[in-house]
Parts: sequence; C-alpha cells; structure tokens
Amino acid sequence: MENVSKILGGKEILKSVSLNLNRGDLKVLIGPSGGGKSTLLQCINYLIPPDSGRILLEGKDVHIHNKQELYGFRQQVGMIFQDFNLFDHLNALDNVTIALRKVKKINKSDAKKRAMIELNKVGVADKADLYPAQLSGGQKQRVSIARALAMDPKIMLLDEPTSALDPELIGEVLAVILKLAKGGMTMLMATHQIGFIKNLADEIVFMEQGKIIEQGRPTDLMDPRAGTRVFDFCSKLNELNEDIR
Amino acid sequence: MDLSFYTEQLIPALNRGLMMSLMLIIPAAGCGLFFGVIIGTLRAIGRPIVRNLTNAYSALFRGTPLVVQLFVLYFGLPNIGIYLSPYSAALLGFILCSSAYHSEYIRGGLLSIKRGQLSAAQALGFSTFKTMVHIIVPQAIRRALPGCGNEVIYLIKYSSLAYIITCIELTGEGKIIATKYFKFTEVFLFIGLYYLIMVTVTTVGLKWLEKKLYIPGFGHH
Repeated sequence: MENVSKILGGKEILKSVSLNLNRGDLKVLIGPSGGGKSTLLQCINYLIPPDSGRILLEGKDVHIHNKQELYGFRQQVGMIFQDFNLFDHLNALDNVTIALRKVKKINKSDAKKRAMIELNKVGVADKADLYPAQLSGGQKQRVSIARALAMDPKIMLLDEPTSALDPELIGEVLAVILKLAKGGMTMLMATHQIGFIKNLADEIVFMEQGKIIEQGRPTDLMDPRAGTRVFDFCSKLNELNEDIR
Repeated sequence: MDLSFYTEQLIPALNRGLMMSLMLIIPAAGCGLFFGVIIGTLRAIGRPIVRNLTNAYSALFRGTPLVVQLFVLYFGLPNIGIYLSPYSAALLGFILCSSAYHSEYIRGGLLSIKRGQLSAAQALGFSTFKTMVHIIVPQAIRRALPGCGNEVIYLIKYSSLAYIITCIELTGEGKIIATKYFKFTEVFLFIGLYYLIMVTVTTVGLKWLEKKLYIPGFGHH
C-alpha cells in the first residue's frame, strides 16, 4: 500500500501510510490503541475506503467503483476480526459454506467438502453443527479463520484476533495462526501478543498517531540497547502481564 | 330456542363470510409481510431519497385510519379513472396498511443486527444485495417475528372493515343476517367466536413457526 490516508470524523487517523508485504511474510502491527492499526487493516480491503493512496495486490490496482472488481478483490483478502463476527444465524459449517456457495457459486456438496477440510484444519470439525452462540470464543475465532481460508485468500488480515478471548483460549487460536504462518500464508496481524511476535514475526510495524514510527526485524527492534519505541511498549506490556500473573 | 335459525341461516352465512375473510387475510398477510420486508429494508439502509419516500409511505399508512384508506381506494380512485372491485380494493388496502406496519418491525429487527455481521460479509466479497438477502434479513426476520405475528393478528381483525366498502366477508354476512332477523346479540357473539378461533389457530401457527426458525442465540427458549 502506498501513501494511504484516512480522515474519520475530522480526525486524521492514517497519515500517508505505506507498507509492503512479500509473499509468505508475517508482519505484525503493534502500537497503542487509537494509533490507526484497525483502520489501516480495514482500509486494505476497503471496508473503510481510504481518502487517498493506493492499494496494490500483486502489483494490481483495484478500481473500487467497479463493484465486481471490488468484490473479487475482497475474496482474495481474508479478514479476521477481534470479535469474530460469525454469522449468528448459521451453524459453523454454513458459516464457512455460505460465501463459497453464494459468492463463489460452488455447489452445495463441494462447498461442504471444502468447509469440512478447513474446519478440520483448525480443529473444530466436530463442532460443525453448532451455532455461534453454542461455541466458545476460541472455537468461534477458529471457525472464522476456517471461513476466511476456504476462500483461498492470497493474504490474511488479522485484527487483534485474540484480544476478546479468555487467557486460556488464546493458545488454541495462536496455534492455528502459527500453523498458517508455517504453511507460508501471507499475513498482516495487529496484536498485543508479545511472545508470539518475538518468535514468529518477520517484521514488526509500530504504529502511533496514524503513522508508522518504527519498522524492522523483531530481534533488532526488541533489543534493549536499540532504544526503540517498540522496546518500551513491549516491556510495558510484559510488566502488565507479569502483574496479572 | 330456534335451532334452525342457527343451522339454516346463521352458520351457512358465516361460513360463506369466513371463506371471503380468508381470501382477504391469507394473501394480505403473505404480500404484506413480503413488501414489509422490502420496505423495512429500504427504510433502514436505502439511499436518502429512497429512505424518505418509504418513510413517507409508512407514515401515511400508519398515520391514517384504515377505513379512510379503504374509502379512498374504493370511492376515491374512480375519480381518476381507476375502478377497483370491492374485493380488490379491500385486499389492496390491507396489503398497503399491513406492509407499513411490518416495515416498522423489520426496520427494528435490522437495526438490532450488529455492524460486524455486515463487515464480515463484505470482507468475504458479498455484494450489498447478497449481504442483505443471505446474512442480514434472515437474522432481522427472526428478531422481528413476534412483532410481525402481532401484525397478522391485527390484520385478521381489521379485515372486518372490508364490508364497509361492500366486500361482504364474515362481519358483513353476519350483519345482514342480524339486521334481517333482528338478532344482534346472538349473531355478533358468533362472529366474535369465529374471529377468536381464527386468531387462536394463527397464534398456534406462529408459535410453531417461531420454534421451527429457532436458532440458539436468538431469543430465549
């Protein structure tokens, strides 16, 4: 993405942000709340259309005024939300099949087969018949990952996928994300899971007040001697975690 | 007591009237709900101009007495060259009125759906239309169902206004008999009983429907 800006409610949320992801990259967005992480992610698939700037997928621009092109683009960009956003009136299986059937026009039995493969991958195949209200937070988030994966996305955007989860459920969701990362999925993820970042991220992107302040390899940025904002921020989060324990 | 009055006069007349009532109520309930969903959706998420138009429609039909609406349709429209039969005028009036009320329940149901449902569908590549049809409206209808059921029950009873524009249904048939034999108390008690039975059957049907459409997380069971 190049020079993406967004003004919401008179406030400049994104100030000419540019970011590049290579295939197979896992980049992690961190930074204080209100820094623009969520807006940035939602600008990428035009859930919030940017005021200016360009978003290129495999070098191609999207013309958002051409609705078909926009819908096609969104199919290639998977999105995971903080509060899951499973479709409340559909069971886990149909949450995954509905986009396959109605958007990709795949027939019912093939869609079901594909959905079961994805549900199996995230370890909730045995919950296929249950409705969102009957699933735990961790299970819901895993179904939502299966739903995104079934669309064969080229990139996944994850907006604090574990922030709404109880501590003991975070692990099961992170394990799935880890598996994706190892499988070579290109991902951009906003998170506060420092341990996860340190071990897995190819790059940390630190955002504050609508700008990318720091960007680099976790080992470099999290080095105490580097004197970075990232280091300060992470040590604060760590202290907080230890207080809780 | 003169039993033959009941078996030979009243009951056959009321049964005839009941048929006409059902011919009004059933299509009016179906079409009313159908258009109510469309109008309610437009009122909730349409472009400003569409929203204003549909809001005006709903304000007009919820804001004027049904009798007035029926009079305009039956006696007023001929002035501009449109002639409707009593049955068509009554049915049209009921559909227009019922849709306006349904649209309000549907609008309420739609507004109760979390924004995230919309974002999730859009992120998967659903068009706005498909998002509404497959994701939002099915949820909104479940939330609106008790209100819509209520409207159908109202409809059963206000269908008795059709006889005023000479579409002789249950109340109309009864009134003719009552006037002819001067037995108002007996006849209207019977008419009341017929409506009570219709409403009871409908209530049971709606309960069944609510159960059939039940999904964990929607309402309490």
